[in-house]
Amino acid sequence: MSVTPRFEPACEAKSHYLWEDPPDEDKFSACVHCGMCLESCPTYLETGLEQHSPRGRVHLIKSVARGKMEIGEGFREPIDSCLDCRACETACPSGVQVGTLIEQARGQIFQALPQTGSKAVIQRFFLRGVFPYPKRLYAIGRLLRLYQKSGMRTLVRKAGLLKVLPKHLQEMELVLPEVQEPVRKKYPEIIPAEGKRKKRVALFVGCVMDVVFGGINEATLSVLTRNGCEVAVPRGQRCCGALHVHAGDREQGKRLARQNIDAFLAARVEKVVVNAAGCGCALKEYPELLRHDPAYREKAEEFAAKVEDVCRFLMEHGYEIPKGSLPVRVTYHDACHLAHGQGIREEPRQILKSIRGVELVEMAQSDRCCGSAGIYNLTNPVMASRVLEEKMAFVPPNVEMIAMGNPGCMLQMAAGVKKHGRSETVVHTVQLLHRAYQLGERPNEADGAMAGTHEKIGKEG
Amino acid sequence: MADRLIQELQNIAGTDAVLHRKEDLIAYECDGYTLQPGAARAVVLPSTTEEVSRIVRYLHERKIPFIPRGAGTGLSGGAVPLGGEVIISLVRMRKLLHLDLQNRLAVVQPGFVNLKLTHSVADKGYYYAPDPSSQYACTIGGNVAENAGGAHCLKYGVTTNHILGMEVVLANGDVVRIGGVPDAPGYDLLGLLTGSEGTLGIVTEITVRILKNPEDKKTVLAYFDRVEDASFTVSDIIWAGIVPAALEMMDKTAIEGVEAGNYPVGHPKGLEALLLIEVDGISAGLDEQIAEIVKVCQKRNVREVKVAQSEQERARWWANRKTAFPAMGAISPDYLVQDGVIPRSRLPEVLDKVNQISRESGLRIANVFHAGDGNLHPLILFDSRRPGETELALRVGSQVLKVCADAGGSITGEHGVGIEKRDEMRFVFSEEELEAQRQIRDVFNPDHLLNPGKLLPQPGRCAEVRKTPERA
Repeated sequence: MSVTPRFEPACEAKSHYLWEDPPDEDKFSACVHCGMCLESCPTYLETGLEQHSPRGRVHLIKSVARGKMEIGEGFREPIDSCLDCRACETACPSGVQVGTLIEQARGQIFQALPQTGSKAVIQRFFLRGVFPYPKRLYAIGRLLRLYQKSGMRTLVRKAGLLKVLPKHLQEMELVLPEVQEPVRKKYPEIIPAEGKRKKRVALFVGCVMDVVFGGINEATLSVLTRNGCEVAVPRGQRCCGALHVHAGDREQGKRLARQNIDAFLAARVEKVVVNAAGCGCALKEYPELLRHDPAYREKAEEFAAKVEDVCRFLMEHGYEIPKGSLPVRVTYHDACHLAHGQGIREEPRQILKSIRGVELVEMAQSDRCCGSAGIYNLTNPVMASRVLEEKMAFVPPNVEMIAMGNPGCMLQMAAGVKKHGRSETVVHTVQLLHRAYQLGERPNEADGAMAGTHEKIGKEG
Repeated sequence: MADRLIQELQNIAGTDAVLHRKEDLIAYECDGYTLQPGAARAVVLPSTTEEVSRIVRYLHERKIPFIPRGAGTGLSGGAVPLGGEVIISLVRMRKLLHLDLQNRLAVVQPGFVNLKLTHSVADKGYYYAPDPSSQYACTIGGNVAENAGGAHCLKYGVTTNHILGMEVVLANGDVVRIGGVPDAPGYDLLGLLTGSEGTLGIVTEITVRILKNPEDKKTVLAYFDRVEDASFTVSDIIWAGIVPAALEMMDKTAIEGVEAGNYPVGHPKGLEALLLIEVDGISAGLDEQIAEIVKVCQKRNVREVKVAQSEQERARWWANRKTAFPAMGAISPDYLVQDGVIPRSRLPEVLDKVNQISRESGLRIANVFHAGDGNLHPLILFDSRRPGETELALRVGSQVLKVCADAGGSITGEHGVGIEKRDEMRFVFSEEELEAQRQIRDVFNPDHLLNPGKLLPQPGRCAEVRKTPERA
């Protein structure tokens, strides 16, 4: 066997990234392959495979750029299997932006290897056909409401018709919350502050959030106005595009980004408040997405500087400590795109602790991904459910609620609760705050902590 | 032919435990040492000792070379294929098998992660002492192979001082157990296996010592305006009769790196060097030791010296230090870390020479040391995209090791030899001494199937010299 050292030739063959907007050289060359990320990666922990680890994926991304590897299945699989949870970014000593690199690589794969099969159907239908169009989303929302209210759901469940769905979709159906009317339809474009106006903000309502979790948007609105914010809900806003960017459909992502930037800059608000971690992260990353767009680059910076998660906004802006008491044991799950994506860990906990009666029980590995990861649980159900299994093992016993700040996590965790025959209620942090305000005004109504709110996820509606 | 190999590996370990497509092997072309990647023939991920044994037996029969691999965080290329080997990845053997706090030991599988062991016993007041900076991810099997050290080795010793027993799959697939009781009679085979870099056998189970947490610890950060002052302080502290648990040093460029990385502390600007010093033990007396350390620092013109005021602050200082190597990625596209050892007292003069090498080569060198035990980690910063710079960095690394060897030191303190420092073994060993080591290897690994081409340089031209009797 030869033992002559073979060095990496400098700048050898040409890059195999043939399309615009390839992974940034500066971003992948910051990776020194130390491996400190390995143990933070849910898919590496599940498989033990180097290419399903952050550094392995970055190594492949680099290898394609160096012409050592082509964009084929051996590239697509590991890049696809990434949850984009960004736990590796927290672990990385040199600050490699793995999430962005993965998204950029998916942009190339999206064009080099068009999806086929069921994944393609899901992606094309939702990402291009539904999410970008509020009207279509609302139509689906109406159908869901009809399904839930008309007794059809009971019928379908009794008749065992759910079995026609794949298992992971059955699980999702079971935990779908009571669908409400979207905030964008129910409220005017400007909602005045209660009392003296202290700030003008806009609410980013999201796509699925407003249809499936309208109640959370409503709670957010109420909390904001109560704390002196005049809230704009710009009609021109669209889906944030995170799911498109995750799936590699960067062009559609950019279109949505431009629409949102225009809609929110026109609203002339001080802050754009978001209650979904995934959306917040995506909105803050518009400058990266549009870095090659001369017309929007600066606007994207201006917009991104205004975006803030609702919990951090409340902590910075100040909020009224609720008078109501909510005697409940709660544990907190750090949504990846809050903790790893935006560095927001303390604020939601402080808000929870500020509610009288709430006992916050810390969850070990609270910032470990639950497997939801956008629509990962629909496109990669097997891995998503393995990751969820791991996550559920960390939920402490004897808590009544699991609070978090991301709708995708809420559905996934609720499915976990259901699957394990557990009884925790899954809630958004802001819902608890909202409920505590309500109880402060109507203290006698305290029949069950979450009575009176619409979302009762994890329990049949 | 190749297909039969893959099929057999799949029969033994399962289809989801074998990688063989060219693109799947790219992720395994290097470990933490990235400069000399190579292509493996396949990767197999066994789950039990029996599977390891069957795999090795098969490869032995077919005379196919193989490499054991842990997390692949090694910095000398110990797990890097030279071409055509089968990588046996042990990361799926990641269980804590047995915990015996009464006898203060734990039995782990080789893929068990170093820091997880401390996490597993922390609530009971115990810990596992060897703490390589990669401990968040590196495996104990890998630690055994490299005889890994860490910041706290100054007082507590390196991996070999914490190994009580092991189960090993030999080159022909036989499974043997060695050690098990403290101070077993006969040759110290545990000592021989530890640090053998996967050339003597594959460790499949390890019994390690667990220590009781020290009652108290105190951590000091000292900032200096002159590297010399910091270097002399190191010797002075030991001279004063104090044995710190850790005594770490970083120079200006290293500080620039960690402050640009993901775990900055906010060190003041314009520093030339800093020392991170920790003392531990029973509470009584620690304050006196700290007072003594502060006094020594002041005598050496320290700019500022402070004691960590909380566990969080202490943890932040350590995270900053422990991520120093990879943090270089924030200020340089590539780096090569060296691992020289020198007598503590020669630190100022060796540093001078390292700086001279840096100036002459035009490559920046950041210095991070386990200063207390004279273990230098010069980080050579370079850009592999510039033609010739990788080779230059390797040459510079070799020059630095020569300086260490000439100062009466050695070429590796804890990272191992691997492929990276193989030729530099000649700086510290004569051809006869190397031959003696080869003969030991050949007892365990006669066909050179186990991690071939690592650790020991090939007997080159010196082969002739080898045969001449001398030193009568």
